[in-house]
Amino acid sequence: MNKLKTAKSRQQPAEELESVTIRFAGDSGDGIQLTGAQFSTATGIAGNDLSTFPDYPADIRAPMGSLFGVSGYQIHFSSGRAFTPGDSPDVLVAMNPAALKVNVKDLRKGGLLIANSDAFSLQNLAKAAYTSNPLEDGSLSEFRLIPVELSRRTGEALQGMPLTKPQVERCKNFYALGMMYWLYDRPMEGTLKWIESKFKKTPAMAEANKKALLAGNAFAETTELFGQYYRVKKAPAEPGTYRNITGNEAVALGLLTASHLSGLQLWYGSYPITPASEILHELSHYKNLGVKTFQAEDEIAAICSSIGAAFAGSLGTTGTSGPGVSLKSEALGLAAIVELPLVIVNIQRGGPSTGLPTKTEQSDLFQALYGRHGECPMPVLAAATPGDCFRMAIEACRIAIKYMTPVLLLSDGFLGIGSEPWRVPDASKLPQFPPPKLPAPEKFKPYQRDPQTLARPWALPGMSGYEHRVGGLEKADVTGTVSYDPENHERMCRLRQAKIDKVASEIPPIEVLGPTRGKVLVLGWGSTYGAITAAVSRLQAKGEPVACAHLRYLNPLPSDLGQVLSRYERVLVPELNLGQLVHVLRDRYLLDVQGLNKVKGQSFKVAEIDSAVMALLAGRA
Amino acid sequence: MHDHGLEKLPGSGPLPDSRKFSSDQMVRWCPGCGDFAVLAVVQKVLASLDISREKYAFISGIGCSSRFPYYMNTYGFHSIHGRALPIATGVKCANPELQVWVATGDGDALSIGGNHFIHTLRRNVDLKVILFNNRIYGLTKGQISPTSEFGKKTKSTPWGSIEYPINPVTMALASEATFVARGIAADVPGMTEIITRAAKHHGTAFVEVFQNCVVFNNGAWKEVEDKATREERVVRLQHGKPLIFGKEMNKGIRLRGMDPEVVEFLPGQPPKDLMVHDEKAESPHGAYLLSKMSETACPIPLGVFRAVRQPTLHELMEEQIIKARQSAPTDLQTVLNASEEGGA
Repeated sequence: MNKLKTAKSRQQPAEELESVTIRFAGDSGDGIQLTGAQFSTATGIAGNDLSTFPDYPADIRAPMGSLFGVSGYQIHFSSGRAFTPGDSPDVLVAMNPAALKVNVKDLRKGGLLIANSDAFSLQNLAKAAYTSNPLEDGSLSEFRLIPVELSRRTGEALQGMPLTKPQVERCKNFYALGMMYWLYDRPMEGTLKWIESKFKKTPAMAEANKKALLAGNAFAETTELFGQYYRVKKAPAEPGTYRNITGNEAVALGLLTASHLSGLQLWYGSYPITPASEILHELSHYKNLGVKTFQAEDEIAAICSSIGAAFAGSLGTTGTSGPGVSLKSEALGLAAIVELPLVIVNIQRGGPSTGLPTKTEQSDLFQALYGRHGECPMPVLAAATPGDCFRMAIEACRIAIKYMTPVLLLSDGFLGIGSEPWRVPDASKLPQFPPPKLPAPEKFKPYQRDPQTLARPWALPGMSGYEHRVGGLEKADVTGTVSYDPENHERMCRLRQAKIDKVASEIPPIEVLGPTRGKVLVLGWGSTYGAITAAVSRLQAKGEPVACAHLRYLNPLPSDLGQVLSRYERVLVPELNLGQLVHVLRDRYLLDVQGLNKVKGQSFKVAEIDSAVMALLAGRA
Repeated sequence: MHDHGLEKLPGSGPLPDSRKFSSDQMVRWCPGCGDFAVLAVVQKVLASLDISREKYAFISGIGCSSRFPYYMNTYGFHSIHGRALPIATGVKCANPELQVWVATGDGDALSIGGNHFIHTLRRNVDLKVILFNNRIYGLTKGQISPTSEFGKKTKSTPWGSIEYPINPVTMALASEATFVARGIAADVPGMTEIITRAAKHHGTAFVEVFQNCVVFNNGAWKEVEDKATREERVVRLQHGKPLIFGKEMNKGIRLRGMDPEVVEFLPGQPPKDLMVHDEKAESPHGAYLLSKMSETACPIPLGVFRAVRQPTLHELMEEQIIKARQSAPTDLQTVLNASEEGGA
């Protein structure tokens, strides 16, 4: 630790920057995700607002040096708000030719390009389809190219240590990270501590990684390689404890918190699926809070176990991605007809079928709204940012319990694995929502509804005097006995619909950013929040007459939505699908809203929304 | 290991009689259906146990036998096809104080729910599972099931079935079930004993019931149901006793190599090398061998094939929670705050 340099001792000049976007890229075995996550953590400690985007291939270890095996991690940090992970990186760290080839097209002109020149062998160049070495042939002249012999330098730094050559090679990401820490004036203590605990069982590797990190840092300092370093001031933030959080972590903590607020034991039944598995991993840790997690044999068993747990009085929850929701949909219908509380989280990914499992998409909105047989409405919520997943997970549980209904919560791959700083709430100040009280046993009828919410009473096995049977067959209103009566079936269908419609009374009024009426409103839902807000804020700063609003409730829709939409001449709906919300809005409000659609497995760039709005304003669309 | 003994489950008041377990719903099985007898046995057995009514939950999937919960005046859940077992798993693990029963059929448990069947048994979830095997799809009006005989002609197999049947007891044993038994619906004393033992088992208690479908597969188990031929075609398993059967009790089973064979002897003078039934054997090999006997010239074993005590899923789950609570913080705020990056 004695080698740690502080900014004060620095000889070289610092340049103040408002925000920076860095992309780390390399083989899927290069430790890119880990390097990026460490940089994010250090950036959180440095007090910047940040937004990250890990982008990795579906293969666990793709062939080394191949174009399809390139893994990337992008972080945007700022002294203001970082709404998105950034459109185009200012800095690209490329660990090999393939990483360069795949990513260099996104690097901004004049951007900093740090390349591991040791990896630019003839063989690796060929794998990346380069006919000559781009580090030498002048083809990268529009960037600030800094080749670094990362492998050789790491080897030198670790000379004399009892390590094999591959082990030494594996430390080079920390060497690069050390350089980046110097360049952006990030504290190293957190990463040093992290290395110690991560490699507790292999002290030699712990020592080697720490050495590599410090050596990379010292190298950047002493060689004057970069000429200067950069500072990004702390972002203004409400006082409180902050931590970086991914959307999947936030869902897990949200479910835990909902269990605490409702006083119910949490049951999470799930089957592994990308990109939702982290929720299962995270919750499995918290046995200390009494959580019961169950890795089921399949998606159907996962949701069914949660329905069973809900029948027995637990907070039944399950999480998956689109293909898993398809498999669960019959059970969703069961949960709807037996009217038990249940929360189903869908971390959407590129579809249909296996599609693009590690990429993001918003194409399961129709599935969430309509993807069941029979008249089977249920509330559908969507989180807007990684941290927002916490709040919406709690909201989903609250509605499920209050209205005795399954609730779908939509997130996506971008939110699930992306991260941002999150202010840790004081759990004791969050409103509690215990299940409603039961009537006396002699007054109990399984389908006697609460006149306010239309929810049926939740009597649990083990309670004397409330013995009753539920099931998938249609039940008679009030008494809950099996009924084939046509009048009763229609009444029950309408009652179930009316119950879900009542959830609209829970939805806060729509918040509009910008003018409350006028030319253009950009309406979003889910993970497009960041890109939309960034684009619209920028346009507003330029004086453009544009507003934006965001939907977190997709069924039922907010009661004031129709009114809000009608106040604008044009409504633009950016979505990572082919126009699903547009379809819903046209159907519901008979308004000619306009879609901006993208299904590339990638989120929107701010510039894409910007130019679509400009086209609308100019009357070009 | 905690002992979640039946004797410790709280009961209240005087023992109820079996009518207390009948619901107010009219039983809507076909007249003459084998299910009636099983319902009566279960209601009678439950009345004999010191567990109060509200502690029972009956879970089922889809099929004729899956109507079972509606006829029990306990908590009940009639769910969707094949999924009773994972639902029951959630019920039992969420509230281990409940005694959870599952009523299922050969199609429900072995076809559409086949995957859940394997995994529920291997996890030793503390459930009592009664599989009504009538070797036919009754509710959908007569198609082959996974237990239908090869060559069977049904609506979906007018030229005869070209599929080999599966043996539920073999499948249960292969799935590491800790309690496996087989009975005949019409055999009330035999069923009473099996259901009583299943109720008292800790872990998954699997009971296959040979049950007749009067409408779509009448005579499904004729050879073993017919009192005239039954005793020559079945052998009743008794723990620690040699395998002896026949009206005159003059036949036994012994092993020839890996295969069981029938040996005749003078009544009262069984040879010394007859197979002796050991339901508590740690290895399921013997039970497996017995389960395959029904596919040979040997008689069909009835009774308890296997009964061993192993920690159940809910016990292990609770144990992990207790351990975790000793070594990690138990308040939510600490968990919310905790992160390797710390506060800013």
